[in-house]
Amino acid sequence: MIQEKLRQKARELLESKAVDLVIGFGEGSLPLRVSPVFIRNPHEVDRLVWNSFCRQNLSTYLHKFKSLKIGLVVKGCDSRSVVALSLEKRFKPDQLFLIGVPCQRMVDHRRVKRAVQGEILHVSEQGDELIVEGKDFKTRLNRKDFLYPSCQVCVHRNPVRADLLMGEVVEEFSLLETHPDMKGFLNKGVEERWDYFEKETGRCIRCYACREACPMCYCPECFVDNSNPKWMEQGLSPSDLEFYHIVRAYHQTGRCTACGACERACPMEIRLTYMTEKLNQDVKELFGFETGVDPQASSPLSTFDVEDQQEFIK
Amino acid sequence: MEMVWEPKILAFLCNWCSYAGADLAGTSRIQYPPNIRVIRVPCSGRINPLFILKALQNGVDGVLVSGCHPGDCHYLSGNYVGRRKSATLKRFIEFLGLEEGRVQFSWVSAAEGGKFSQVVHEVTEEVKKLGPAKRFVKKSS
Repeated sequence: MIQEKLRQKARELLESKAVDLVIGFGEGSLPLRVSPVFIRNPHEVDRLVWNSFCRQNLSTYLHKFKSLKIGLVVKGCDSRSVVALSLEKRFKPDQLFLIGVPCQRMVDHRRVKRAVQGEILHVSEQGDELIVEGKDFKTRLNRKDFLYPSCQVCVHRNPVRADLLMGEVVEEFSLLETHPDMKGFLNKGVEERWDYFEKETGRCIRCYACREACPMCYCPECFVDNSNPKWMEQGLSPSDLEFYHIVRAYHQTGRCTACGACERACPMEIRLTYMTEKLNQDVKELFGFETGVDPQASSPLSTFDVEDQQEFIK
Repeated sequence: MEMVWEPKILAFLCNWCSYAGADLAGTSRIQYPPNIRVIRVPCSGRINPLFILKALQNGVDGVLVSGCHPGDCHYLSGNYVGRRKSATLKRFIEFLGLEEGRVQFSWVSAAEGGKFSQVVHEVTEEVKKLGPAKRFVKKSS
């Protein structure tokens, strides 16, 4: 079982002092949730878990430990973030030990909650089934019906880079042809697309959870906090919210690994990945680039090709 | 007298080519619509996408970014890097629902006063067709 192997490997790594710290997933305080855990002591490795709710991208915590050797538990998308971060020289090459886990696609706890009446008190997994229990109900749900949008279209479930792989390599295929939030977008008029964007961003409360959850958002001073020039005013004017979301997404151009951490962190359930998905598609189409897949390829906006498309320029 | 709406267009012109091109248009007495307001920047690669967005937010009806032709950049590759930013930004904001044509790009060299005039004519025409900017504009409180 992956969870047992994870714990065993973490213990070995910590005991042999190969790493100072293991960052992994641990039991959350509520059912259907996991929290990141930071383990320094071999006796604590039993806090590590692996299940269908390991939704965070843990590479976001690398920025906080500059001088420690870190054992990091990564899924496919997380490992791509690590590659993208190494391209931006965010850590020392020998600082990391990647414990890769081929991903079974993660389950959206909010969708599970909506599918049942009453409070969920316990969840267990049996193969492809989730057994959800509450005070006076017990239901079996098929986990495939409750996956995150970004997981449904994922074709990089196996870590692209790992020092050690837990479990068997999985077959790479997408469950859906297009991102569920992107579906039908091409037929939508500009009016409808803007209405959708306005409706989504209109819910934003500017908590910046999306920014905090994203491993690629690590600027010491974010444009929203800048006072000179002051890009953003205080308050929740629709225009400022739109501005924030355009720029936050645009700053991920050629850097987003579609891990979906931003959307999962959003307390207002704003659809964020449809924007980054569009950017990823464009970058692939225009520059043939996919983030974090090829460790040698440089980020598309930091380089250029003389032959780049320019039909749009007068 | 009835007021006729005229678009306001912000133009970011690179110091070495397009700004000199605009200058040439002026000294050669070539006419172009007075709808543009020019901001001189060192290079089209200097354009931070935030500039364009902030301009649109502040209520301009169109933005023009103009730089040296490929291969002519004073800083050798500034316009190539800028071209990638422009391409991705344009596609992105149009996908989100801003009208196609609000943000435009051109190459104008220091010797192309005529082309500068023509570009300004075209851009003004296209923005006029789109009408006043409504989306994304910040309402003054």
